[in-house]
Amino acid sequence: MSAPSLTPSKADPPRHSTPYETSRATSGGSFAKSLRRNLTAHGFLIGAVVCFAVFSWYPMVREFFLAFQKTEGGESTWVGLDNLVTVFNDPAFWQAWRNTLLFTVLALVFGFAVPFVAAIVINEFHHGKGYLRLLVYLPVMLPPVASVLLFKYLYDPGYGLLNELLGFFGLPEQQWLQDADLSMLSVVLASTWMNMGGAALIYLAALQGIPGELYEAAELDGANLFRKIWHVTIPQTRLILSLMLLMQVIATMQVFVEPFLLTGGAGPEGSTTTVVYLIYQYAFNFNDYGAAAALGLLLLALLAGFSAAYVRLSRAEDE
Amino acid sequence: MSTRTLISPAQLARPRGKILYWITFTLIVGGFTLLFLGPLYWLISSGFKDAQEVIRTPPTLVPDSFEPGNYQQAWKVMDLAQLLGNTLYYAFGALAFQLVLDVAAAYSLSRLRPVFGKAILGMMLATLMIPATVLVVPQYLTVLDVPVIERNLLNTPWAIWLPSVTNAFNIFLLKRFFDSIPRELLDAASMDGASPMRVLWSIVLPISQPILGVVSIFAVVGVWKDFLWPMLTLPDPTKQTLNVGIYSLSNGVPVNVLIAALTIASLPTLLIFLVFQRNIMSGLTAGGLKG
Repeated sequence: MSAPSLTPSKADPPRHSTPYETSRATSGGSFAKSLRRNLTAHGFLIGAVVCFAVFSWYPMVREFFLAFQKTEGGESTWVGLDNLVTVFNDPAFWQAWRNTLLFTVLALVFGFAVPFVAAIVINEFHHGKGYLRLLVYLPVMLPPVASVLLFKYLYDPGYGLLNELLGFFGLPEQQWLQDADLSMLSVVLASTWMNMGGAALIYLAALQGIPGELYEAAELDGANLFRKIWHVTIPQTRLILSLMLLMQVIATMQVFVEPFLLTGGAGPEGSTTTVVYLIYQYAFNFNDYGAAAALGLLLLALLAGFSAAYVRLSRAEDE
Repeated sequence: MSTRTLISPAQLARPRGKILYWITFTLIVGGFTLLFLGPLYWLISSGFKDAQEVIRTPPTLVPDSFEPGNYQQAWKVMDLAQLLGNTLYYAFGALAFQLVLDVAAAYSLSRLRPVFGKAILGMMLATLMIPATVLVVPQYLTVLDVPVIERNLLNTPWAIWLPSVTNAFNIFLLKRFFDSIPRELLDAASMDGASPMRVLWSIVLPISQPILGVVSIFAVVGVWKDFLWPMLTLPDPTKQTLNVGIYSLSNGVPVNVLIAALTIASLPTLLIFLVFQRNIMSGLTAGGLKG
């Protein structure tokens, strides 16, 4: 990687290396000393631990409780699987999952494959790399409201720039966000523009880490361009590609802000209703926290598999 | 950059290679500029058009009219000064809380190593496995009625600041950096009788400037870009962030004024990016894979 590394060394210091432990060992390890050392250490930890306890761990537990309870007038009663039944019987349920999957698949085509190809090409350049890196990451820094409302303006069927461009090339105008068949693609395109920068930069860094000798060796074996990509570039970046793929699946399955701001959430004929938008509706439009939690639990269960795979792979990378 | 890449230098040196290189290069640089700067140009230039021109068909590539007054009007009508002030207050407050509490926690986990330290770190990292959007509902209910102190944090900056501390990824990045500081350096100090606080303040923090910079930038940008959480927890229009405030007023103002407001909202993060791009990009590639 050409970027200055933030980690001087990856090695974890051995277990018995901290100064405070050493001093404890030399002074006979009295109980009072050890107690004081632990109190100091926990004193440093306590602020963060309290925040985690209140705003992360407690809500995690509460999510499970909520999913099996009904709350009315401040009273919670156990209702077993009723919330899940409600969620399953919602006509929007399957549509929301289909839309979310469609978003994920389209977002992977544009947000996973395209940045990788772009990174391979950019990595060959001897000039202007810094400029191109800057360009692709620029949208990532914009507030999503600004990018999304800008896209809404570009997509406008009356005075939008995109239809004007289509007209220039002799193509028919489109109802980008109003057409149920097109709305999700429009959301994906905006979302990819906003988010692809991070992936592209990570791929670039990974490509720069490939030892040049591998390409030389492949050439000696008579490999052409595509064989070099297939037999050197992809195997050498496989781990990072898999990690990014998992991360993008996890992130895109939770899509909310883009459809919420572009089409108001549901979209024409519910064509951009996503699972997280449905959760949002249950909780904040219908005050049905039980249904929201039940649907959240389903999403959690689905994504847990991807998260577990991610953790395993990133451990493998550390070794 | 002189490292060997996919295409061999010999191939590139041939006339055909040279021509192909420059064609691809021009196409990519031109295409990327259009793709990524084009919308930004459209944003800024449309902000200068008058109310008729901004919705005219066909649209004008270069504004005919020049109305810098849009920016003034956006500032006044949408009360951007208030929204900007709010957002700065939330962002830098969150930064302060994260710097103090997360750095202290990471230092403790890395160097002081209390009993149950590993378990606590494990539980913190476990929160990364839970999709953030799933937790929004129970977190919101928690903010409405915080256990033990029984307070409602709705419409208070605490609703932004305190949850921002639960950034396990920051703690992980900081701890990993602290782990890599040579032991001899810290041993020498504690032999001389320096307290853990003093070691942290005078030795660890000065060495850790690069990672602290990265964590700080991402803390501020994180609050700046967030939408769903501030929309839920700060419903009072006078307490809203720039993003939420502009969104909730977006249907009530003329298009050119709205676009001017969007430009104003984008400027701070764009400036941060242009000034700190090195730190941001190194943070991304060093930390981006480890989530």
